[in-house]
Amino acid sequence: MADDDENIILSELDDSELSEQMQDDLYDGLKDEICEGVNILLARGWEPYAILTEVLVSGMKVVGDDFRDGILFVPEVLLAANAMKAGMAILRPLLVETGAPKAGKMVVGTVKGDIHDIGKNLVGMMMEGAGFEVIDLGINTDADEFLAAIDEHKPDILGMSALLTTTMTYMKVVIETLKEKGIREDLIVLVGGAPLNEEFGAAIGADAYCKDAAIAVDTAKKLVAERKRLNHV
Amino acid sequence: MNKLQSMLETRHFLLADGATGTNLFDMGLVSGQAPEMWNFEHPERIQALHQSFVDAGSDLLVTNSFGGSARRLHLHNLHDRVREVNARAAELACEVAAKSGRDIVIAGSVGPTGDLFEPLGPLTYAQAVEVFAEQIEGLKQGGADVAWIETMSAPEEISAALEAAYEVGLPSTATVSFDTAGRSMMGLAPGDFAKQMVEREHKPVAIGSNCGVGASDLVYALLDLVPNAGDLPVIAKANAGIPHVHGDHVEYSGTPDLMEEYAKLAIDAGARIIGGCCGNRPEHVARMRKALDSHKREAGLSLEKITETLGPLVSPPNLSGGRDGGRRRRRNA
Repeated sequence: MADDDENIILSELDDSELSEQMQDDLYDGLKDEICEGVNILLARGWEPYAILTEVLVSGMKVVGDDFRDGILFVPEVLLAANAMKAGMAILRPLLVETGAPKAGKMVVGTVKGDIHDIGKNLVGMMMEGAGFEVIDLGINTDADEFLAAIDEHKPDILGMSALLTTTMTYMKVVIETLKEKGIREDLIVLVGGAPLNEEFGAAIGADAYCKDAAIAVDTAKKLVAERKRLNHV
Repeated sequence: MNKLQSMLETRHFLLADGATGTNLFDMGLVSGQAPEMWNFEHPERIQALHQSFVDAGSDLLVTNSFGGSARRLHLHNLHDRVREVNARAAELACEVAAKSGRDIVIAGSVGPTGDLFEPLGPLTYAQAVEVFAEQIEGLKQGGADVAWIETMSAPEEISAALEAAYEVGLPSTATVSFDTAGRSMMGLAPGDFAKQMVEREHKPVAIGSNCGVGASDLVYALLDLVPNAGDLPVIAKANAGIPHVHGDHVEYSGTPDLMEEYAKLAIDAGARIIGGCCGNRPEHVARMRKALDSHKREAGLSLEKITETLGPLVSPPNLSGGRDGGRRRRRNA
């Protein structure tokens, strides 16, 4: 009921109520409330990693699902991701200290000739939300810049984004360059952007086309897990 | 009365043109290059493209200035040549139209800035108006009849572009890409967009939809847009199907046959300015001409008829939830 929600005092909620309320607040993109909630849980002795996974990541999962299903759209998701980011800013140094497990590392960029970064930013934030370390190269990224970042950061995943039919073909140039350097197989290559489709992803030699940021996260998790399994055999 | 309005008074339908970007690719544009640069480097190719649409029967030519705002030209270090780039784009189209001996509307293309507005991004409303006004001044100077504001997604960006056109004193049109679950990327529904346009003090001459994810999705969006558009003439400019890659070359799945059927359905849906966006070559546009010249509007267009004729929706709307029916209870709901 609306009246019940008017005067919620986060510090008066017990852990499970607070965790649920924070997930609602994340959905609504309430940045200050998320920061407050994160600090309360830390003060109550929660592990930073537990706050990240049990509260923030699971909250973002609902946002991602509703985005995928056409219930939420970019503005709401960006607000939620910004709230998530604010919570992450508190947790990140603590996560490093406590040596919390990482889901993987991703280098991401919008390809050469393209300045559209809304979708790419969304992917970056949702991947961070899912526990990945994200190195964002920004817009208008050429093959050399991708190569230098791969060399420096040794990521598990390379993500490329394009919004234009006139720039999406540059992804193929980057993948061909990776092949030439003999490092294509070291990486999971994910591509995305409005004009792309699965067939395009396959034709240019990407590991997967991701229709939206939520699918990018799911795909990244799945492919990283597969790769880890293979390497352990 | 401006040229677009007067032509709409005397004809049932106007045929717009086809794609700019994808056709320029076929003419040698390289991935990453600014298409607008060709207004200077290869004006004969831009004019050849315009001419091919005139020959296909187009009543309206969209100029090669889609990315012609300072925000977009910045990437190519052309941001201090905004007026020149846009004026040249309009002049090239005007010259072709003048030689045709027909009445042809010169539609000065104005695409999105690519930036998000505050608080989600860096762009303020006032900055956006300024950016669009600079571009539209160039288009007007080059002889454009109308500011053809297209491929839009955010309501505030549409508003800024329309306000800029009004300030500059050029009539305008506005079209949105409904590419995400039946809405624009920013969540704008076709009917809501139409209502916002009807309520404006200074209305655009025509409104509608362009680009997006395929002809089916675009015609489906018109079912919601047209009933809410009041007296405003409606524009339909769909992509020729869905992009497919052959080698490093992009091709669209829509045949000229399909786009002739699309034009008929766009008429049935109530559109009056009909053409094509990405992937539409002159042969597609010529077949739309045929449809516009012969088809009689049929009532009762349904989603079923659209998907039977043009194929399934690429990004169908979520009919169960809707934007306000999210899974979580809202704090301020």
